[in-house]
Amino acid sequence: MWIAYKTIVIKEVLRFSRIWVQTIFPPIITTSLYLLIFGGLMGERIGQMQGIDYLQYIIPGIILMTVITNSYANTVSSFFLAKFNHSIEELLVAPVPYWVILLGYISGGVVRGFIVGLGVFIAVSFFVEFTIDSLFITFMTFLLTAILFSLAGFINAIFAQSFDDISIVPTFILMPMTYLGGMFYSIDILPQFWQDLSKFNPIYYMVDSFRLGFLGVSTSDFLTSMSVLLVMIIVLASVSFYLLKKGVNIKT
Amino acid sequence: MQVALSIQGLQKTYANHLKALKGIDLQVEQGDFFALLGSNGAGKTTAIGIVCGLLTKTAGDIEVLGFDQNTRANDIKRLIGLMPQEFNFNPFEPIEEILINQAGYHGISRAESRVQAEILLKKMQLWDKRFDMAKSLSGGMKRRLMLARALIHQPKILILDEPTAGVDVEIRRSMWAYLKELNREGMTIILTTHYLEEAESLCRNIAILNEGEVVEQTSMKKLLSKVAHQVIILESASILPKQIKEDGFECERLDDYSLQVVLGVDINITDVLQNLSKQGVSVDHVRSAQNRLETLFLRLTKKN
Repeated sequence: MWIAYKTIVIKEVLRFSRIWVQTIFPPIITTSLYLLIFGGLMGERIGQMQGIDYLQYIIPGIILMTVITNSYANTVSSFFLAKFNHSIEELLVAPVPYWVILLGYISGGVVRGFIVGLGVFIAVSFFVEFTIDSLFITFMTFLLTAILFSLAGFINAIFAQSFDDISIVPTFILMPMTYLGGMFYSIDILPQFWQDLSKFNPIYYMVDSFRLGFLGVSTSDFLTSMSVLLVMIIVLASVSFYLLKKGVNIKT
Repeated sequence: MQVALSIQGLQKTYANHLKALKGIDLQVEQGDFFALLGSNGAGKTTAIGIVCGLLTKTAGDIEVLGFDQNTRANDIKRLIGLMPQEFNFNPFEPIEEILINQAGYHGISRAESRVQAEILLKKMQLWDKRFDMAKSLSGGMKRRLMLARALIHQPKILILDEPTAGVDVEIRRSMWAYLKELNREGMTIILTTHYLEEAESLCRNIAILNEGEVVEQTSMKKLLSKVAHQVIILESASILPKQIKEDGFECERLDDYSLQVVLGVDINITDVLQNLSKQGVSVDHVRSAQNRLETLFLRLTKKN
């Protein structure tokens, strides 16, 4: 089972590495533009957020956004394509337990999230100097966020019937939730109603926790954030495993 | 002889209520070269898909080399190599990677699978293309890639669903030779094909599926012996006589040099040739006018 798991992960990493121009490079360019426009040009006019320079303040959110989108994109596109070109049958005819298939794809998403996140982090370090306040909190938040969105991408891929279906969720759900999850701002500056509403957005907890790890400031409790993430991971992992085992949209 | 594959009462009804399999029983012995014939939609691919774990069954039991699919599905998967009808690999993966990955799914280490991949790719004349993306291969090459992938974990049973569709004659013949070699070495091979000549020349036993039911399961020899007559064409180097006396056989003059002869069950070709020789017909070429299995197949699957 270990060899089968390793094979799926290597296959996934080779897959997105082969198309690095589409997978690894664009987020680094996009991030650099964000930093240039929001941080460099507009940031000075905005001033500080929670007592921190705006340029520094938005960096954790930007890095986490790339982790979210890339973890999600990796599993959704890879698993959907495997369904589309029927190469998923390579796994179905082999003695690979369903949980190993799931774990392999999720790990692929996490690795891509990590590599792209690291790439963005390196790119960011050219624009601004900063230190990581807590490596543990930063890493735990990254890891759980990447797992969660890899799982979400996996479920999307199971239900997707066309290429449109794998872009609808990222465009119409994921992106608004990310932008409204306090990526560019602290929810403290919002009116009370929107502050309360933001607390129903799970991405808020991830961004806030990641910011706590990087900068040492947050608007929520770290343990609450981790609990939200863990509960969601358990729910999505159970759903993914059930769908895979039932063969929904995979076996007829 | 141990039973390689046993299927009892296998039924499959799709979500659209199509009954693809209506309770089929099949038995394939270990070491057999077994043909599963049937027209499009007969249920061959469905049956194979269920055996290999690609489809779910509605009812019935499957045993592979003594393992019950209900309880030992993964053990069964280790024993079977499947070459499906449709291309089902990632076209953007290098072909050597496809084999190594498949071996990995079966728990074979990368180092070990590289060795096995080299042997198979050389055998399939694909070694020079091992770094190429699968999409760049021709149709025949893609079929050979799928055969290599089916064999990468050295299965006991090889299931081939239309293995030589779209493959040119030369490669088809070399694939047949290789399959015969594998079968001689002890591998059980189950083959579905539309090329009835392929089934006739390769397989020892046969089952014919029609509209989700097994309409015949017997040895190839017994099945072919059911054909009451055989039609052959005789070609003469010299112009044929205007009148040919029929003695135990029927014949029809096709042109000045060709004669179509229908052989009954009581007469063999030697008697016919001797008879014609006495009438001054010198035959220098004999060929079959029809495929015997094809005749039978059409008869067995004919709709009422």
